[in-house]
Amino acid sequence: MSIVTVQLGQCGNQIGHEVFNAICSDVRGTHGLCSKKENESYHDVCKERFFSEEESEVPVARAVLVDMEPKVISQTLSIATRSGYWKYDDRSHFCQKQGSGNNWANGYSVHGPRHKEVIMNLVQKEAEKCDRLSGFFTIMSMAGGTGSGLGAFVTQCLRDAFPASFILNHVIWPYSTGEVIVQNYNSVLTLSHLYQSSDALLVHENDVIHKICAQLMNIKQISFTDVNQVIAHQLGSIFQPTYTAESGLHYSRNPLGDLMETLVPHPEFKMLGLRNIPQMPENSLAYSIFSWPGLIKHLRQMLIANAKMEEGIDWQVRPPRLGSSIPSSHSTNKLPHFNTSIANLVILRGKDTHSVDLGSFRDPSLYTSWLSPQDAFKAWKTPRAFNKYEKSATLVSNSQFLLKPLDNVVGKAWNMFASKAYIHQYTKFGIEEEDFLDSFTALEQVISSYTIL
Amino acid sequence: SCLSLPLAVGQCGNQVGCRFWDLALREHAAVNKKGIYDEALSSFFRNVDTRSGGDGPDIYKGKIYSLKARALLIDMEEGVVNEILQGPLRDVFDSKQLITDVSGSGNNWAVGHKLYGYQYRENIVEKLRKTAEHCDCLQCFFIIHSMGGGTGSGLGTFVLNLLEDEFPEVYRFVTSVYPSGEDDVITSPYNSVLAMKELNEHADCVLPIENESLFDIVNKIHQMINFGKLGSTVKQNSLVTSSAGSAKTVQEKPFDAMNNIVANLLLNLTSSARFEGSLNMDLNEISMNLVPFPRLHYLVSSLTPLYTLADVNVPSRRLDQMFSDAFSRDHQLIQADPKHSLYLACALLVRGNVQVSDLRRNIERLKPSLHFVSWNQEGWKTGLCSVPPVGHSHSLLALANNTCVKPTFIELKDKFMKLYKKKAHLHHYLHIDGMEQSCFSEAISSLSDLIEEYNELDATKGGPRIDPSRLQIAV
Repeated sequence: MSIVTVQLGQCGNQIGHEVFNAICSDVRGTHGLCSKKENESYHDVCKERFFSEEESEVPVARAVLVDMEPKVISQTLSIATRSGYWKYDDRSHFCQKQGSGNNWANGYSVHGPRHKEVIMNLVQKEAEKCDRLSGFFTIMSMAGGTGSGLGAFVTQCLRDAFPASFILNHVIWPYSTGEVIVQNYNSVLTLSHLYQSSDALLVHENDVIHKICAQLMNIKQISFTDVNQVIAHQLGSIFQPTYTAESGLHYSRNPLGDLMETLVPHPEFKMLGLRNIPQMPENSLAYSIFSWPGLIKHLRQMLIANAKMEEGIDWQVRPPRLGSSIPSSHSTNKLPHFNTSIANLVILRGKDTHSVDLGSFRDPSLYTSWLSPQDAFKAWKTPRAFNKYEKSATLVSNSQFLLKPLDNVVGKAWNMFASKAYIHQYTKFGIEEEDFLDSFTALEQVISSYTIL
Repeated sequence: SCLSLPLAVGQCGNQVGCRFWDLALREHAAVNKKGIYDEALSSFFRNVDTRSGGDGPDIYKGKIYSLKARALLIDMEEGVVNEILQGPLRDVFDSKQLITDVSGSGNNWAVGHKLYGYQYRENIVEKLRKTAEHCDCLQCFFIIHSMGGGTGSGLGTFVLNLLEDEFPEVYRFVTSVYPSGEDDVITSPYNSVLAMKELNEHADCVLPIENESLFDIVNKIHQMINFGKLGSTVKQNSLVTSSAGSAKTVQEKPFDAMNNIVANLLLNLTSSARFEGSLNMDLNEISMNLVPFPRLHYLVSSLTPLYTLADVNVPSRRLDQMFSDAFSRDHQLIQADPKHSLYLACALLVRGNVQVSDLRRNIERLKPSLHFVSWNQEGWKTGLCSVPPVGHSHSLLALANNTCVKPTFIELKDKFMKLYKKKAHLHHYLHIDGMEQSCFSEAISSLSDLIEEYNELDATKGGPRIDPSRLQIAV
């Protein structure tokens, strides 16, 4: 089954491009460390999932590129083609000239309705190229105006037009010390709207990725390209082919469906966080040996302690002991920094994955009581190594990972809203104070729900 | 891409405008080596086929034939505009973009605004429409003018009103040169305050400039060149004041150095819209992020570095110095000290080899010494454009919405009141058709209100002491 990617705004297009790059480069690589047959199978599934075979020499990405100004798309298209290994469909993009001015209302209320038909036609064309459509993967930042506002509108349209398909929104959270001054308003409006039409929100925070670049990748002068490449690696580690418990001897066909089924048991809880280890500069890869027990131990502690990367993990944090009275949210028994999970997914790629013991992730004390541990935890594996890492482990988690960041964004937005600063910029395009209040209410609800897990 | 249309009004406006077009050509020539008419060029210039003489059709792609500026030049005296048309830039403009008269406005806002405004309204609208026709997409008008005279101030603000009426969707940015301390135009306070009311009510963003600041910068550079460290040579074309290496002009004229600074301001402001970068910043984003309340739209600007040394490889320390300088008093283009006043918002537009980590590092470093309003503690808007200005490896334009503009306005008010109390020279204004005493009282009232708003912000630091309590959700 295939995934159609919708790249929205500058961020969405820059990242989307790196994602296809990473996937293509991984597939072309000779570091698969597995049998030729395995490799071919991996290659075929990946191709079907992300690329269509047209008359062209190179694979064509299943993607629609949307932006309200032309420079980024123009660059993205040409850089992809110049790589010689893959390209975008020349017709599968839409842009305008004036941008959205970092204004969510402009993206959502003006550009959205104005260009709905053209954009949805492009999406329809891509969808029709697929033998079977698994669903949509949208990439956007929530800080600006196009990815955020137009992105929210397009997601709604996707939901209306494709009720049976899955929609996974990849949302980039901006640096907390401004990229855009009104980013917290744009974020609140985006998240509350996406929550209504999306199946799940997969989140990357710029601050976190920046730290990874600085401390793990040892990059001195970090550029957005560096940040985007780390993000692309992490996304690739989810979406490249894997075997699930149910898929048996074949690579699983429906990654989006599997993801949703596993991680989103309840529509109130859609926030997914992502951790990937190990991460290191490419030139260190050859000198590094990891053991699976070590990696799993670290990954589990990252989950429990809500660590953003594999350095600086707080090993003191422990899950509450099962059998002791279940702490309510007001109880002082509740260990303050423990990250409660609803559901988790671990993806293992590379050498000896068949023998990895994941029992520690099935520990019921990690989870709420709603699902049985068998249902709350899933593992996907493949012996085929990913992106030159001999061993790679990814955790996709529906837990309290994003509770604090969400609370921070809402808090800052609320603080600004109390002073009514910048509101006139939104009402100018049809988003009123009431709309803001609705969004705040929706997100306070989400925060509350995640808090009392 | 979406275009910005500069409108130069009055003597000062056109002198700055002239420098602007010259340096724009220089900037594009430095980047555009193949002589192909590209998106970046098209934002300021049309490409006209003049092979068969006269005005051929516009050419949207391919080779560059003849570049014509997208602009309107308006002056009620012929001197400056004629000079432009007889000078090296004559091919860049055609008569359809000019509106001139002979007698000038006599340093009288009312003559510029009421008399000439009324007289030339149709003409201006028609020429605007023609010029706008050539633009696929018009994002922003730039008015360049001075406040103290009659044409730039009066007719300039008339045009501002007109733009709002005729093109309500298009942003209106105004670069206003405020009269200096030793201004020899006695009525400049009247003209400036009358113009301020229009700027308050009809501009989206105003970039105030003071001649004193431009003068100080020119002197600073002069000192550096003549008495600076032995052995360090400055790249001539890197000077923010320089016309060196410019496309057309051969001889530098007296105010050129100062006007070049303003021209560079506009080039930097529009750079991210013209050239690619990892974090684009359009003009509509500037308006969105820097104007939290409609009337508080005055932005203090600073440009760094003022020059580049020829012998230098840029270590990151020098890069950080650039950021520090952007907040120093002597790099601001008005007499103001943002560091000791209150920020409502701040934008940093970086050009050249600068990455997001450099931005982050410097924001973290400088934040503690700056005061931001309570509701915008992290009020930073940032942009990264890959193409540096000519002669530099990197540069920074900072735009601050900061209460440090207040003293400029207070001084203006004081000067106005000095004259107004004595009713000095009022009759020159009141005898113009459409002018009444109420124009003056409304104007000073508008300025007073604005000053009050800044006072209020300074007093309360922008907000309640306590964080407003969040919405409570019933569990």
